[in-house]
Amino acid sequence: MKKAFWLAGAMALALAQPATAADSVKIGFVSTFSGPTAVIGNDMRNSFELALDHLGRKIDGKPVEVIYEDDQQKPDVGKQKTEKLVQSDKVDFIVGYIWSNVLLASLKTAVDSKTFLISANAGPSQLAGELCSPYVFSTSWQNDQTPAAMGLYMNQKGVKSVFLIGPNYAAGKDMLAGVKSTFKGEVVGEEYTVWPSQLDFSAELTKARNSKAESIFVFYPGAAGVQFLNQYAQAGIKAQIPLYTAFTIDELSLPLQKDNAIGIPGAQEWVNDLPNAENKKFVEDYRKKYPGLRPTYYGAQAYDAAQLINSAVVAVKGDLTKKDAMKAEMEKANFKSLRGPFKYGNNHIPIQNFYLQDVVKDADGQLSLKTVATIVKDDQDKFHDKCSMK
Amino acid sequence: MYLVVEQLLNGLQFGLLLFLLAAGLTLVFGIMDFVNLAHGSLYMMGAYFAATFVAWTGSFVLGALMALGATLLLGIALEYVALRHLYGRDHLDQVLATFGLILFFNDAVRLIWGPAGLALPLPTWLTVPVQIIPGVYYPAYRLMIIVVALAVAAMLYLVVMRTRVGMLIRAGASNREMIGALGINIKLLFTLVFGLGAALAGLAGLMQAPILTVQIGMGENILILAFVIIVIGGIGSIRGAFMAAIFVGIIDTMGRAFLPDLLRKVLSGAAASTAAPALSSMLIYLLMAIILVLRPEGLFPAAKR
Repeated sequence: MKKAFWLAGAMALALAQPATAADSVKIGFVSTFSGPTAVIGNDMRNSFELALDHLGRKIDGKPVEVIYEDDQQKPDVGKQKTEKLVQSDKVDFIVGYIWSNVLLASLKTAVDSKTFLISANAGPSQLAGELCSPYVFSTSWQNDQTPAAMGLYMNQKGVKSVFLIGPNYAAGKDMLAGVKSTFKGEVVGEEYTVWPSQLDFSAELTKARNSKAESIFVFYPGAAGVQFLNQYAQAGIKAQIPLYTAFTIDELSLPLQKDNAIGIPGAQEWVNDLPNAENKKFVEDYRKKYPGLRPTYYGAQAYDAAQLINSAVVAVKGDLTKKDAMKAEMEKANFKSLRGPFKYGNNHIPIQNFYLQDVVKDADGQLSLKTVATIVKDDQDKFHDKCSMK
Repeated sequence: MYLVVEQLLNGLQFGLLLFLLAAGLTLVFGIMDFVNLAHGSLYMMGAYFAATFVAWTGSFVLGALMALGATLLLGIALEYVALRHLYGRDHLDQVLATFGLILFFNDAVRLIWGPAGLALPLPTWLTVPVQIIPGVYYPAYRLMIIVVALAVAAMLYLVVMRTRVGMLIRAGASNREMIGALGINIKLLFTLVFGLGAALAGLAGLMQAPILTVQIGMGENILILAFVIIVIGGIGSIRGAFMAAIFVGIIDTMGRAFLPDLLRKVLSGAAASTAAPALSSMLIYLLMAIILVLRPEGLFPAAKR
């Protein structure tokens, strides 16, 4: 009797699930919403919500349900949250992932269940190469690309030697490898710091100064970028050795970095002043919807992820079971990216431009980022040959 | 050679900062037998108060002094309202309650100051490097931390060893019940000690703030180090905390500075670069483990019953 009761309950649940799933598009969003880097997750959520506003809160006429999950910047937590989204929420898409180590831990769960995963930030080299999957797309970049662009710019500037500093995790290693892949001068030193707990870089800065390198390159996303620039300026090294960066100065860290960030170049695939209509609308509406805040590249990538999902669902007329057709549509990148030119390589990583950005005072007298030049056009990551998809 | 001097200074500065945090913790733990996980929150509050008051007054020194006073008052209020009801309970209850306080403070800060964090800019006279010996430049602000922390350590020594209050504190550390029985107002003494500990944590927080950023949860990682220090130094012992803090600061910094180069001589470049940060962050825990085996009471245990 008892068994029959449970069986009936289970059947009722099993029957109820697909019925509700079919009338809405379910999206899981994994990002960091607590701790010191929660500001990044909030910015991604803000931009994703803005994208849904722009889509009229509906995708192909169906209401959209977004489930936000906090990965706490920890790989194990990110994996659990991904499992929850796939197994109990049965989402159609998973979006987000700031951190490469969190994404790598979560990847298998999504791929095994054939749930589409769209990375809106993290771009570990493995994802572009041996771990590439038909179900995984990126609306950001492969980690090596941005610092590689910075390396090219340093060549243009005639820099002869560099000291590299970065955090000791998947992305940090990719980033420093990225600079080394294009920089033609000498790499005199390479330091990795404990991530994310180490916030005092005095030992590394002292070594950089004593190495007599002509320049320093760093990658410190989030608050660590603020701390690094503080200490770099306080140690008086700013006046001695110029700094080159990737993902260290953005609209979230700039209000805290203030004048420390002036004169420090960075490479980026999206800048708030890129001159296309979609981007202008995005930046304007973001600042209207979230007064006092400014959008970042993290948000722009999350916005693009929403547009990519929209393009796929519209192409199959809302039939979310047609995964192959959705994949084929997404490969066309049939949407207007905020960064302008955007197409996919064989490994589902964008082929795109990288720009040089600088910190300037804008019309309101506030510090903001500005595009100075295009460093490289239609850049494709160097791991795409290792991907088994052709 | 200069490199070693500079790295030693980096280690000393880090160690002294840890001492400020650990001194309060060891006093509260040693004298009141109270495990206060929320000590890191007081460190965070010191930083937030300083960022706010410095912005209000426009003066770094004035703002810092006001923040110090505010953390002292906050510590006293916290002890009076919440913590004194937990003294009789066992450690697990205290851990649970003070862990709750961490969550409370984190969310209170989120409500009052927002999630984005604050910047505490330094006055220009502190942002220039100073030449300490020919050829060696050191950031003026880090030098100031060393000077202030050493002064505070000396003051603490004088207060604890040479004054009547200090005598009571030492008596409390060796036998709590007895000094109560002798007619000393133990409640007032506890409030005072807790306030002092809070002010020291606040001082550490506000001095660290310009180097790092003022942000939610900033006290949590560093609190672990403070616990390591009081275990190494001996619970309840200020002298132990001082020695252990400098020890830990220097070992941590030297490990980060020289271990990668040493490892590169044995391992391949990539493997060494990956292993070195992990290994150097393990060094202090290894030190703690060794000391726990050899001297479970710590290096300089406070005299007990």
